[in-house]
Amino acid sequence: MDGSNGRRTGRWTTGQVMALAPDASSRGAGTGPGTAAHWSGTGSRGTTVWGLYANSGGTPYQVVADTAGPSFGCGCRSRTLPCEHALALLALWTGGEVGPAAHGDGRPDWVTRRLAACRARGEGTDRSGPGTSDGEARAARGRAERRAARVAAGAAELEQRLADLLAGGLAGADREGHRWWDEMAARMVDAQAPGLAARVRDLGAPATPAGDRPSRLLEGTALLHLLARGYLRLRELPEPLAATVRSRVGFTVDSAQLLAGPTVRDRWLVLARQDTADERLTTRRTWLRGEATGRTALLLSFGAAGRAPEPALPVGRLLDAELAFHPGARPLRAALGPRHGAPLPGRMPPPGVRVAAALGAYGEAVAADPWLDAWPVVLAGVVPIPGEGSWQVADAEGSDAVPVAAGGAGAGAALWRLAAVSGGRPVTVFGELGHQGFRPFTAWAGTGAEAVPLAA
Amino acid sequence: MTTTWADLVGTALLGTDRRGGTPEVLLDSAALAVVRRRAGMRPATAWGRPATAPHDPRPPLPAAARRRLALLLADRATGSGGSGRRGCAPSLGELLPQWLAEADARGYAAPPELLPALLDAARARTDLRPDALALAGPRGLWLAGLNADWSFALRAGAPGVLPDTGDPDTVRTLWEEGLFAERVALLARLRARDPGRARELLRSGWAAERAEDRLMFLDSLREGLSPQDEPFLEQALTDRSRNVRATAAELLSALPGSALAARMAARARTCVAWDSAGGRIAVEAPYACDAAMERDGVVAIPPAGRGERAWWLGQVVDAAPLATWPARFGGRTPREIIELPVADDWQADLHAAWCRAAVRQGDEAWARALLGPAPAPATVLSPVGDPAKLLSVLPAQERARWVARFIEAHGLSEAFQMLAVCAVPWAEPLGAAVVDALDIARDAGSYPWSFSGVMGLAERCMDPAEADRAAPLAAVPAESAHTSPGAGAYWAEAFQRLVGTLRLRAAMIAELT
Repeated sequence: MDGSNGRRTGRWTTGQVMALAPDASSRGAGTGPGTAAHWSGTGSRGTTVWGLYANSGGTPYQVVADTAGPSFGCGCRSRTLPCEHALALLALWTGGEVGPAAHGDGRPDWVTRRLAACRARGEGTDRSGPGTSDGEARAARGRAERRAARVAAGAAELEQRLADLLAGGLAGADREGHRWWDEMAARMVDAQAPGLAARVRDLGAPATPAGDRPSRLLEGTALLHLLARGYLRLRELPEPLAATVRSRVGFTVDSAQLLAGPTVRDRWLVLARQDTADERLTTRRTWLRGEATGRTALLLSFGAAGRAPEPALPVGRLLDAELAFHPGARPLRAALGPRHGAPLPGRMPPPGVRVAAALGAYGEAVAADPWLDAWPVVLAGVVPIPGEGSWQVADAEGSDAVPVAAGGAGAGAALWRLAAVSGGRPVTVFGELGHQGFRPFTAWAGTGAEAVPLAA
Repeated sequence: MTTTWADLVGTALLGTDRRGGTPEVLLDSAALAVVRRRAGMRPATAWGRPATAPHDPRPPLPAAARRRLALLLADRATGSGGSGRRGCAPSLGELLPQWLAEADARGYAAPPELLPALLDAARARTDLRPDALALAGPRGLWLAGLNADWSFALRAGAPGVLPDTGDPDTVRTLWEEGLFAERVALLARLRARDPGRARELLRSGWAAERAEDRLMFLDSLREGLSPQDEPFLEQALTDRSRNVRATAAELLSALPGSALAARMAARARTCVAWDSAGGRIAVEAPYACDAAMERDGVVAIPPAGRGERAWWLGQVVDAAPLATWPARFGGRTPREIIELPVADDWQADLHAAWCRAAVRQGDEAWARALLGPAPAPATVLSPVGDPAKLLSVLPAQERARWVARFIEAHGLSEAFQMLAVCAVPWAEPLGAAVVDALDIARDAGSYPWSFSGVMGLAERCMDPAEADRAAPLAAVPAESAHTSPGAGAYWAEAFQRLVGTLRLRAAMIAELT
């Protein structure tokens, strides 16, 4: 179930806030209400946070969020729930930029009105009185069941629409441009299936190499169909795969709950850290490799715009810590639990594999989780090869190579740094390997060599 | 059933209504095909691998210095060192050249991961190229060879780039077919190792070179000029191009033992003599500029406003070896000679010519004598010669002392050129003199931007150990009646930047050792 509710007091972490967002790609669609300058009249009381967002159009949006629901209200017309303004407001709140309302100073009337409207929509409840924990649990169960039903209805609708689409032909839908897809995405948002919504929206986005479009459209449509069908038959799936499907559809898992369960303690080598920022927030991805377990873990954290997310784990260091992995057919994402002692230097390059074995690892991962775009791998004994407009990473001996994935901010600079570190000699490289190719993040020039982050 | 991916795409485009089948089966087949293809990805065939970078035996930078270089390069790339009011933060872009020179002097190799940023910096700023490429070393050049954006590095003639000058055929090919910059670099490199062969190379196609190229090649002989160059330069005196002839004559006159210098000395002696009756120097300027004089580089036509005879005299005297004069004037020292009275208002012309000669011939004794002691506050600056040029002939310590005394007497308004020729870091007591003069300017109510040139020089050139000297001035003073409104805060900011920059330079240098 959706575990992000149930906390009635205390400030959320940014991670909890962003877990509400439809997903990473929809976070990228924001127009930037993240800076405090856009906001006025902010306040918080109990579990309610509110503020006025100055939009360019004139009347400010009245934005309210209740973290107990969670429920959201906003004067904007976005069909996404929570909308970017509500998310930004919560991000400001977690960043300490929204103070509690002065004592005795009630919340503004519009806050009460908006919360009432939310309640009427059934999308969440304002906490209007003290409830017993039994009542809460019951309410939470009821909410979860209602959401599951809505998502199932959304998935069924998606299946129907995809069938209609394929019956009439993709060519026809594409002539309509992205409108068809945008509308479909909005319906998935209404159905509280942000994962499905994001995939639909991505399909509508104008594709780079245009000639490739029909093939890529069919790939995406087929995987979308697979996901919707998977959710509709969730009960028939083995539990790990069911967990993967739920998370791909857009159900989130609460870190605190995860960490209350079993954890994996190891000395984790920090393989790489990548921050991607849009105007609203910074997303940090940190990859770890367990020294004893050999497992790779991905930590996701979020920070308000212009602010670096926590934690800043130093690349190339060893961290004695406990991790709780999110459930799934191919567990990768994890929550960082208790740490034991300060990070130690971990200078040796981590053990890595050749190109063929790395492709094998990606293949196994994608067989377990078909919606996976890329899988983290450590390549050892490889040489970067610059070509005309594209690159390869090849085994130092033999003829095996993988193309380097094109694009991404600063990708060119990272590749030249990799070439410079290699000097034409074999290196160890950590990166993500996927169907679009390999994306290098960190390099080690040789035995005992320091980790060199390739992003600037 | 064997259905290819292309079949599936075709059906999907046109629709199952037209192509048959059901959408569900089509999507199932497509999903299966996608996952199968992704899960079964095969390695590609590797392209040709690049050659390995040559070994660089130099030690790596200390960790703190490596972080500093990364910061300086990142600052350059984000352009925060650009124009506009600078505030009190040090201008990092201005420190990069100094950092590179210090790191090169200590023989470090650049960290490989910073090579791309270093090459980008060298590409953007030609003044950084020699030091940046030296620091980048063989691996930097290897990398530059892989990226057309950095091809400038291969032409710049940095060590290790050019084909081995020991192989006559490669040298010959490059000389005959290379770009002009490559040829200049080749010549400079060969000249450093084997000047004889460099001259041979130069002579081999001399007549066919374009005039502007001949001029540049000739100019490159300035470095390491030696008597062995004389025959070639003599020949260039008859060049078709007037500029080439003039440069050849200038170079020959800087060789005191050359035949041209001797000819000039003979001419000069006929013009300048000791008038023992009058107790003064008698000057008889040339009455004509004959063909032989022109061949030796004397320009016959004076610039507008100059008399012909004074013009010719100046050229004859400044090309004559300075050793001519003590012999001419009874063994007097340069200082004594300069103090001698000169007949008929020729003193200014004569002294100006000696100044040019002292600079050209790098003669310390004459430069010292011509500069004299730094002028006292009341004296008008001598119009004779350019003090900055004369200063550049003197040893660094003496230069700094002279300029410090000059600034104490005259303030900063005329000092910029002189400060610019002082060796970095400024020797005692120059830094103190500049700080005191800035302090005086502030008290006199000047605005700091009138001194921004000197401030910038002080930031880059003062000895970082003297940061504490300027520190008390960085406080914002109370406004007083005789200061310009608001100037106090600007001055404080300028001094804060000076102190901050000096401390940063001290830290930078400490990190390198």
